[in-house]
Amino acid sequence: MEQGTISKVSGPLVVAEGLTNAKMYDLVRVGKDRLMGEVIEIRGETASVQVYEETTGLGPGDPVFFTGEALSVELGPGLLASIYDGVQRPLNVIRDKVGDFITRGVEVSGLNREKKWEFKPTAKVGDEVSTGDILGTVQETVIIEHKIMVPPKVKGKIKEIYAGEFTVEEPIAVLEEDGREHKVKMLQKWPVRRGRPYKEKIPPDEPLISGQRVIDTFFPVAKGGTACVPGPFGSGKTVIQHQLAKWANAEIIIFIGCGERGNEMTDVLMEFPELKDPYSGEPLMKRTVLIANTSNMPVAAREASVYTGVTIGEYFRDMGYSVALQADSTSRWAEALREISGRLEEMPGEEGYPAYLGSRAAAFYERAGKTICLGKDEREGTLTVVGAVSPPGGDLSEPVTQNTLRVVKVFWGLEDQLAYQRHFPAISWLRSYSLYMDETEKYWTEKVDPEFKKLRADAMAILQREAELKEIVRLVGIEALSVNERILMETARSIREDFLQQNAFHEVDTFTSLEKQFLMLKDVMHFHEMALEAVEKGVPIKNILDAPIRERISRAKFLKEEEIGKLKDLFKDITSQFKTSNVRGEQYA
Amino acid sequence: MPKEYMTIRDVVGPLLLVEKVTDAKYNELVELQFPDGTIGRGNVLEVTKDTALVQSFEGTRGLNTTQTRVRFLGKSMEVGVSKDILGRVFDGLGHAIDGGPDIIPEKRISIYGDPINPCARDYPEDFIQTGISSIDGLNPLVRGQKLPIFSGAGLPHPRLAAQIARQSSVLGKEEEFAVVFCAMGITFEEADYFVREFKRTAAIEKAVIFTNLADDPAVERIAAPRVALTAAEYLAFDLGMHVLVILTDMTYYCEALREVSAARKEVPGRRGYPGYLYTDLATIYERAGKIKGKKGSVTQIPILSMPEDDKTHPIPDLTGYITEGQIILSRDLHRKGIYPPVDVLPSLSRLKEKGIGTGKTREDHSSVSNQLFAAYARGKEAKELAVILGEAALSDIDKKFARFSEEFENRFIRQEDSENRSIEETLDLGWELLSRLPRVELKRVSEEHIEKYMSKFVKEEAKDEASKKLEEVNV
Repeated sequence: MEQGTISKVSGPLVVAEGLTNAKMYDLVRVGKDRLMGEVIEIRGETASVQVYEETTGLGPGDPVFFTGEALSVELGPGLLASIYDGVQRPLNVIRDKVGDFITRGVEVSGLNREKKWEFKPTAKVGDEVSTGDILGTVQETVIIEHKIMVPPKVKGKIKEIYAGEFTVEEPIAVLEEDGREHKVKMLQKWPVRRGRPYKEKIPPDEPLISGQRVIDTFFPVAKGGTACVPGPFGSGKTVIQHQLAKWANAEIIIFIGCGERGNEMTDVLMEFPELKDPYSGEPLMKRTVLIANTSNMPVAAREASVYTGVTIGEYFRDMGYSVALQADSTSRWAEALREISGRLEEMPGEEGYPAYLGSRAAAFYERAGKTICLGKDEREGTLTVVGAVSPPGGDLSEPVTQNTLRVVKVFWGLEDQLAYQRHFPAISWLRSYSLYMDETEKYWTEKVDPEFKKLRADAMAILQREAELKEIVRLVGIEALSVNERILMETARSIREDFLQQNAFHEVDTFTSLEKQFLMLKDVMHFHEMALEAVEKGVPIKNILDAPIRERISRAKFLKEEEIGKLKDLFKDITSQFKTSNVRGEQYA
Repeated sequence: MPKEYMTIRDVVGPLLLVEKVTDAKYNELVELQFPDGTIGRGNVLEVTKDTALVQSFEGTRGLNTTQTRVRFLGKSMEVGVSKDILGRVFDGLGHAIDGGPDIIPEKRISIYGDPINPCARDYPEDFIQTGISSIDGLNPLVRGQKLPIFSGAGLPHPRLAAQIARQSSVLGKEEEFAVVFCAMGITFEEADYFVREFKRTAAIEKAVIFTNLADDPAVERIAAPRVALTAAEYLAFDLGMHVLVILTDMTYYCEALREVSAARKEVPGRRGYPGYLYTDLATIYERAGKIKGKKGSVTQIPILSMPEDDKTHPIPDLTGYITEGQIILSRDLHRKGIYPPVDVLPSLSRLKEKGIGTGKTREDHSSVSNQLFAAYARGKEAKELAVILGEAALSDIDKKFARFSEEFENRFIRQEDSENRSIEETLDLGWELLSRLPRVELKRVSEEHIEKYMSKFVKEEAKDEASKKLEEVNV
């Protein structure tokens, strides 16, 4: 193994000399503790290395070992329900080894080498297979069947294939190509900075259902699409990310805690095994991979963590699963880039961020998508990427937000003003957008109700009109509005409070099915129409606003999914209440 | 025997560049012998093959390039701890300055502290009753949380912090409790206020005090919070105590960091603060929490003064992104004479949902606090409108909300600094105020809770209204 020596140490950056064969992004081991690092710059015979662990105690003269490999992740059975650090070391194993605090130089592999998995072959001897073809399956968790694929760059005729219990390193099949034999193991490695291969990318066409009303109804993200959630602190980014991780109808969830709070990861770790997936009824943890690089863990590993996560995501996508990846927060990833760039003494771009921030961000989000996977069965897989952004001071003009907005197609803009009013999720309905409307509308029309498109458009129009009217009210008072406009203001309030607001911590309210979303909005809009009709006939507005049925509308969100019929009853009751004296009041009495 | 060098080439601000150095390590502790014989300490910020860049914690006054001796000690900075640190006063580097005997350390611990493994963390969920309604009711603190106070010049954050330290208790539990207080760059008077408060309430025996005052070397402030947190972690995880750490004032800490960064000619981030400010602050704030299977906990209340009360300034901004919420003090409320002037709307406690509710506080806690927030927000909105258009322009409902918001400030937020309200008192007070609002507007509380907790206030209200009407008739 080639060896060099350290000539300079500055924070997470180490400069090493005496390396002639170093390649960019090669993995190296630094110092006597063999800390993990990655080559990020080469000048002559010196190489700059970003070290994924604390560098205290390193000094000139210490050895640097070259491995000749790129930074890779291990892929195979055992990924699910794991919690990894930024460079795929299982945190629970680290804890068993060194205790409650993470110390340096712990070498552990990403996948358990001892554990045996029951492999069931689906291919048979004599089959011609190539990259991506499925050889067999392992029931990794109750809900996820792990498909063992022919690794990249391998093909041939199956000479032998075994059934039974194997560790990830034992061969499960032997392929023969031109007289040469390949032993295929369940374990694959893939360099994190390169996207995994696929046959073809196709446009996303199905919504990722999140059970969050404001998202599903107004700003949907497609399976295989990209979205970002920028917002100042305290506006609820993390809760939205957690909600997606909990309720999204993806088969696999990758959650990357990138430079965020330790307690948040603990929260996920303790809560997910308890919570039931609404689709399968099994604990959420069984479909989840967690990557935790908290804010006080080494900064360079934070930079790597998003790539580690996305590579694992791609691997499950290649099996034909729908994968949703949440990265919280990409701003911390960008800051890690900035810190390393500063130490390399590179010429800074905006706000000290490196000039390549934009291209790196774009390259990361571009790894999302809906693909036809490699393999004979032409299965389709999706990888949805949702990145949180933490703009300093909530200022969206800053470089990370701007570079992200250029590449993502859904923007959920969070507003602190909404958060102060405890309007959660604090997604601004005026600023947010989704470019997947057309694709997802088809789904709504077919699967839920053809009326949805119009309903959504009408509701949005009311919300937009409300914003204009609010200005007028602010200047000249509510009396300046016509009766119709006052009804509209009330309906807008109802849409905001009775529909958009959703309590993530309420047992029932935390998840709303598409059908319930539709019926809820329909009731609100029905009241609006009936109210307009009534004022036309001269009913005093006070009577309409005092209508007792409004309280039922406001409590509709707490109806359980099984009680969905009550929303239809509510619709009828709204109609009948307007016909009775309840609303019409004394005038008709 | 550590190697000694007299080869300082440059002295720039708090930094010195030492030449012809062999074998220095990154982040190594350095001892400096000044020409007058005094001994100072520093650490290595950067090493190359033959130079080392050292920051001096004691400043560089009186230092020269010819007579100053530099010794590399072969370890990173450590602090000696034992149970005897309780009740003592130290400087920012951990030297006793209260005239008492030196601490005989039971062990020496690196001040940089390793990160807690997220797998080892226990989720903070023990509600701490501070006796302050605006905190307990709306933004409750839990054990192991880091909840900063965002304040401004002239606002009573010392009073509030001292009150929290004095009154904090966990419902139904008697456990060993300690306060670690770390003053960074604050004035003698402010630090003295805390010390006197601790003495007055006899809390001093359970307190460890680290002070780096305004006229102490600025760079020492970089070490001070780490020294304090190392002591706190020792008390919590070795001795099993529940430790409340008060760090004041984080703004001066960040300024010291900026000073070093500027001296190193680093590319600055926003407002001249270094690009790694977030990471650096995280290594302080993240040293709070609970560990599975261990008895103690570290709860942090950092205090920072926002320059010009600007929440988007990098220091409060980055702090808010790391900590689990924030208590923001409001100058408006302070002007109105309301203590504690907690600006409840932008304040937040991220861990509240898990720390409250049945079995912890009361079943209605979450919903009633949501309702109070929403009603207060609406009331304030109405009042703003009234300022522009006059009260007459408000609808009846808005008038009720406006009146609510005033009462809320005067009765719920306002309290004496000796007043220790139980959580039941706080919640009942909330219900009482809510009972003045039309019931249909109370969308965030359930019928059941309204019946159970609010109905007793409603009758009185109705009586009041009736008597008011009578008065009107009489007039």
